[in-house]
Amino acid sequence: MRDVAVVGFAQRQMEEFDGSPTCVELLVPLFAECYEQTGFTRKDIGFWCSGSSDYLAGRSFSFVSAVDAIGVIPPVNESHVEMDAAWALYEAWVKIQTGEVDTALVYGFGKSSAGVLRRTLALQLDPYTLTPLWPDTVSLAGLQARAGIDAGAWDERAMAEVVNRSLTDAEKNEYAVRRGGSSVEELLARPMYADPLRKHDCAPVTDGASALVLAAGDRARDAVDRPAWITGIAHNVDPLHLGVRDLTRSPSAAAAAVAAGTAGVEVAELHAPFSHQELVLARELGLESDVRVNPSGGALAGNPMFTGGLNRIGEAARRVWSGDHGRVLGHATSGPALQQNLVCTMSAEQGAN
Amino acid sequence: MSRTLSAPVTVAFDYTRSVGPVLGRFLTGLRDGQVVGARTSDGRVVVPPPEFDPVTHRATDDFVEVADTGTVTSWTWVPEPVAAQPFDRPFAFALVTLDGADVPLLHALDVSSPADVSTGMRVRVRWAAERVGAITDIACFEPDDGFETLAGARSSTTEAGEMVTGVITPVSLDYQYAASPEESAFYRGLAEGRILGQRCPVCHQVYVPPRSACPVDGVATTDEVELADRGTVTTFCIVNVPFLGQRITPPYVSAYVLLDGADIAFLHLILDVPAEEVRMGMRVEAVWKPREEWGTTIENISHFRPTGEPDADYDTYRNHL
Repeated sequence: MRDVAVVGFAQRQMEEFDGSPTCVELLVPLFAECYEQTGFTRKDIGFWCSGSSDYLAGRSFSFVSAVDAIGVIPPVNESHVEMDAAWALYEAWVKIQTGEVDTALVYGFGKSSAGVLRRTLALQLDPYTLTPLWPDTVSLAGLQARAGIDAGAWDERAMAEVVNRSLTDAEKNEYAVRRGGSSVEELLARPMYADPLRKHDCAPVTDGASALVLAAGDRARDAVDRPAWITGIAHNVDPLHLGVRDLTRSPSAAAAAVAAGTAGVEVAELHAPFSHQELVLARELGLESDVRVNPSGGALAGNPMFTGGLNRIGEAARRVWSGDHGRVLGHATSGPALQQNLVCTMSAEQGAN
Repeated sequence: MSRTLSAPVTVAFDYTRSVGPVLGRFLTGLRDGQVVGARTSDGRVVVPPPEFDPVTHRATDDFVEVADTGTVTSWTWVPEPVAAQPFDRPFAFALVTLDGADVPLLHALDVSSPADVSTGMRVRVRWAAERVGAITDIACFEPDDGFETLAGARSSTTEAGEMVTGVITPVSLDYQYAASPEESAFYRGLAEGRILGQRCPVCHQVYVPPRSACPVDGVATTDEVELADRGTVTTFCIVNVPFLGQRITPPYVSAYVLLDGADIAFLHLILDVPAEEVRMGMRVEAVWKPREEWGTTIENISHFRPTGEPDADYDTYRNHL
């Protein structure tokens, strides 16, 4: 295996992006930040891979318009996944492993506010027996939250504790869309929204984009003093139908964690768009109790579609570059109620895999 | 003022989907007023039946009829229903394990407040008045008061025995669609009778309609450039095929026009000339609609027509084909 590291990351998150759903104008400055961080120019990038969705944009082939931001004439080595850009990162990592390229720029973007997000996402369900009922994202998460409460796996207080910690941490995140912790009591006193969920249990609708740079071996050392070397990366999937899985568990997250190897992790950035989902993930990933979870504030502070997962990996990598931590974890989810999960572990130590 | 112009847009399509023998069996059952599950290799009865066994991966073929009564195993309140959900007033979504099944089915539950629903409550299917072989043949679940379900659940609105082989699932999504800031400047310019492009600060190419980034250099196009409303036909096609929504009777010409001062061709109609006379290199000019009809739209320009000038030299547009 080649040693591959995360060496650059730039992001924007906002409640409502006043621009086109292709987000081209948002991506240009993000790429510029990545070039500045790494010293690369666009000609140093061997492979480009993005994550986005036409259903979010309301237009076909929206990723094709977005490639203007790369500078694609003459043509470049480029690909796209209709998933969170964390999966584009996985593709880019594989591409580098083939030896075909040494560097990659991964990006994701989405203007969630262009439509009704929780409704649009019903299109990722079984089109025969689920989508015709239009079960929205919040409702599906509510069914999951209730299942855990009834089973005694968590309670409303534990969910409020996740929210309070996340929104308190988000006060230090300049990109947070929602921030400001209060107290667990105050949160529990707020009204129910989609019983058993309160509004603060649900990630805010967020527009945004982000970009992340991968590089192998010496190219990584050239780009940054302390690269975040990827020591493990894996993704797994559970059945689509909520009825056939135990909603209080996430076998796919557990399998990805085992494959990626989570031992020794100091910080974990978990992509949990609903408060109870962080509790599921912390258990399935086998995190020790002293692991610092979501110091960025996590998805409850801002969850730009198709880049919310990539952001977790970028946020985790930044903590290696800064020297604050030696071993970190980034996680991404996709699909209804934690159906799909990706785990990426990173370390300051090269060759730790 | 907002940086961008935006407008509502609806994207809709009715998907016609074929169903295989497993989903077909399930949907046929619904049409006939019965709920059909399948026994999987781990001994569980699953509703809706999975097409393949989750353990052995063999095609499902052991179908089991289950009751139309069951127990709520989880639920959530829907305070603000979205379009096309089973109710347009607050309701519950529930996971319901039907009697005879081992795993729950997701559907709507008709109750008037969260106080009227609880995990473990007994519910039953309320069948749709007209059933066609779709998941919506179950209108919803309702609290089970213990009385017999109304007669007629088993009657069918289509001929029994005929298998359901397909389902039509309409999808309609509403967006507030925004143009980029550069495109917005372009449309605002058209409302003043001007055609605006943007110049790349690196390669100095002029794009119209403007793009937010130069596809050659990947940098924002920063400098606004006003262009002439005349130019040269670089390439064209004669539209002979009628299609849904067509506004002009064929044959007519759709062409790329390289506006004077631009580095990218601009797509529009060529009219006021027989289609067979349109040619590469032809000089054309914009025909604007009456000023009182102008808005922030490309339709302010009705079409392009020949100027009568001599054809442009091939070398002036050879790099723009």
